[in-house]
Amino acid sequence: MAENIKVPTMAEYMAEGKQPEVLFWVGCSGSFDDRAKKITKAFVRLLNKANVDFAVLGTEESCTGDPAKRAGNEFLYQMQAAGNIEVLNGYEIKKIVTTCPHCFNIIKNEYPGLGGNYEVMHHTTFLKSLLDEGRLTVEGGKFKGKRITFHDPCYLGRGNDIYEAPRDLLRKLEVELVEMKRCKKDAMCCGAGGAQMFKEPEPGKEEVNVARTEQAIEVKPEVIAAGCPFCNTMMTDGVKAKNREDNIAVMDIAEMIANAEDL
Amino acid sequence: MQILAQIAFILAFALGIGIFIRNIRRMIRNIKLGRETDLTDNPSERWGKMAKIALGQYKMVRRPVSGIVHVIVYLGFIIINIEVLEIIIDGIFGTHRIFAFAGEPYRYLIGAFEILALLVLVGVIIFWVRRNILNIRRFRAREITEWPKNDANYILYFEMVLMALFLVMNAADYQLQLNLAPHYAMASGEIAGAFPVSSALLPLLDGFSNSTLIIIERTAWWLHILGILFFLNYLYYSKHLHILLAFPNVYYSKIRPKAELDNIDAVTKEVQLMMDPNADPFAAPAETEGEEEGEPEKFGASDVFDLNRVQLLNAYTCTECGRCTDQCPANNTGKLLSPRKIMMDTRDRLEEVGENINKNGKFVDDGKQLLDDYILREELWACTTCQMCIEACPVGIDPMSIIVEMRRYLMMEQSAGPADLNNAMGNIENNGAPWPYNQMDRLNWANEN
Repeated sequence: MAENIKVPTMAEYMAEGKQPEVLFWVGCSGSFDDRAKKITKAFVRLLNKANVDFAVLGTEESCTGDPAKRAGNEFLYQMQAAGNIEVLNGYEIKKIVTTCPHCFNIIKNEYPGLGGNYEVMHHTTFLKSLLDEGRLTVEGGKFKGKRITFHDPCYLGRGNDIYEAPRDLLRKLEVELVEMKRCKKDAMCCGAGGAQMFKEPEPGKEEVNVARTEQAIEVKPEVIAAGCPFCNTMMTDGVKAKNREDNIAVMDIAEMIANAEDL
Repeated sequence: MQILAQIAFILAFALGIGIFIRNIRRMIRNIKLGRETDLTDNPSERWGKMAKIALGQYKMVRRPVSGIVHVIVYLGFIIINIEVLEIIIDGIFGTHRIFAFAGEPYRYLIGAFEILALLVLVGVIIFWVRRNILNIRRFRAREITEWPKNDANYILYFEMVLMALFLVMNAADYQLQLNLAPHYAMASGEIAGAFPVSSALLPLLDGFSNSTLIIIERTAWWLHILGILFFLNYLYYSKHLHILLAFPNVYYSKIRPKAELDNIDAVTKEVQLMMDPNADPFAAPAETEGEEEGEPEKFGASDVFDLNRVQLLNAYTCTECGRCTDQCPANNTGKLLSPRKIMMDTRDRLEEVGENINKNGKFVDDGKQLLDDYILREELWACTTCQMCIEACPVGIDPMSIIVEMRRYLMMEQSAGPADLNNAMGNIENNGAPWPYNQMDRLNWANEN
């Protein structure tokens, strides 16, 4: 299937002397991870559909430094941050949307202290605002009535107190939203945060992602909805570890909306 | 005889308060070993948070059973302490129930104290059962070794005994008033106080002479007040300091988004210098001129001196309830990490340093530190920085910040990260992503099918 998505870059906008409405910060996972790239593209399809005037940094984007900072390498993080802030400020970026809660948190909360001040939104909040403004319409479609549970990403939920935007989107899809026992403020981590994604876990009796997936399976969902590419990977692996990949899908909310619309 | 009792009381009271003040001063001195941190921002938000979380016990009741029982014991503790004020005045001046002149309100008050005392007694027994009989995971963790376990039980026994003494004292007092004993009975012939609970104990006192009753009443009165003075001084040595420190601790707790970590200013300066094309690399030392001479700033924490004062206050405030550990994903899946142990270790090390200073006048290197001697690297690396521990804590403690601070030391001072993590760091440094992909390929997804 040939894709026809429009992904303008900031360099192109600059050449035309234009400023986009919003910068889409793709993130490392969204750029390179095969699974996460699908989320990126689904989100772009939604942006295209809603006629959002957006651009990406493309090859000028670099890691935000989140794994470095959480691992304790403040020096590397600040080097990354300084480089990114220089690029962002150079383009006079005002507003950023990202599909990664880790990028979202660090740009929103930690870049300001280093001279990077932007309005930063997670893609679920941004999609919600598109709906509220009537620029995007979402109807039940193929997820209508399906049993869905939402796994709160730590860096979106507990970390930044955003619980309702992703749930509002799911309600728009007219799904049967079921909550896990540990949800919202008490949601259990998928196991990827704090740079765990990039290292072997310490010895224990179980993997965090498998434990969290078990909690999701308890509520018998057809789809585990996610809002973070790392959570997505961890939960997908968890579902595979429990041999449930045939009847439980792990999907980002952006993918669900795009799929519901057959975009 | 009466005057001797008054003098004895004043001495005991002064001694109890004196030792308490000495211990609190030591605690403050120890906290000040930590790095300064500016927390003068947003006072109104901080007061509000303190009112809601410390005074209002908002987070305690998120676990209904332990939460509600805790609220009862907490209210009992605070309200019954009004009675302690009367006991102190009576003790100093040799009076009997000095506030009794208030009449009806006084009777309601004493009656309320009695009911609360009974509720506290029941509550504390429930706590004891939870801790010792029910198999509750957070009370059986690895870090709950002999002392923490005994400490928790001592406090419960203490509260049981204090409440029992309070009720026995009231019962004997009531009987003496009924017997119209001199000094006890009011001139008006009214009963000073109301005794809805302790009156149930009267049959046990049946047939005792007034002098025996006085001995019982005085013994209970003395043991009760001496017990309170002892308890006050036990606090410093136990996990129970939270009854005082919960308030300042919540005030100084994190009000920024939980996921946000601080930026290290010293690193910012270095990065700015590196990024500045006009900077003369040989001029670096001049940058620090005018500031005080000394060693270059140490990054991260390997000992309590490197932590900030709020983190050290956190350590003294921790009640070892284990709600953090109970919800920690690493701990839940059998990893060594327990956020509660991070706090307990920090306090134990800080106390060790404090003892060292008490003995030597200043800190003399003891060849130990918080890292490795208390907190293991395996614990630190198991953290997912999910902030559940911060969310779970009913008194606003932030164990995660200590973990991150110690990781900073390992990464920046020791280059001692796990090998696979170091690979990811190398990738970020070289190609701007934690994986070994070329930055020039970053937009390839847009053209892939």
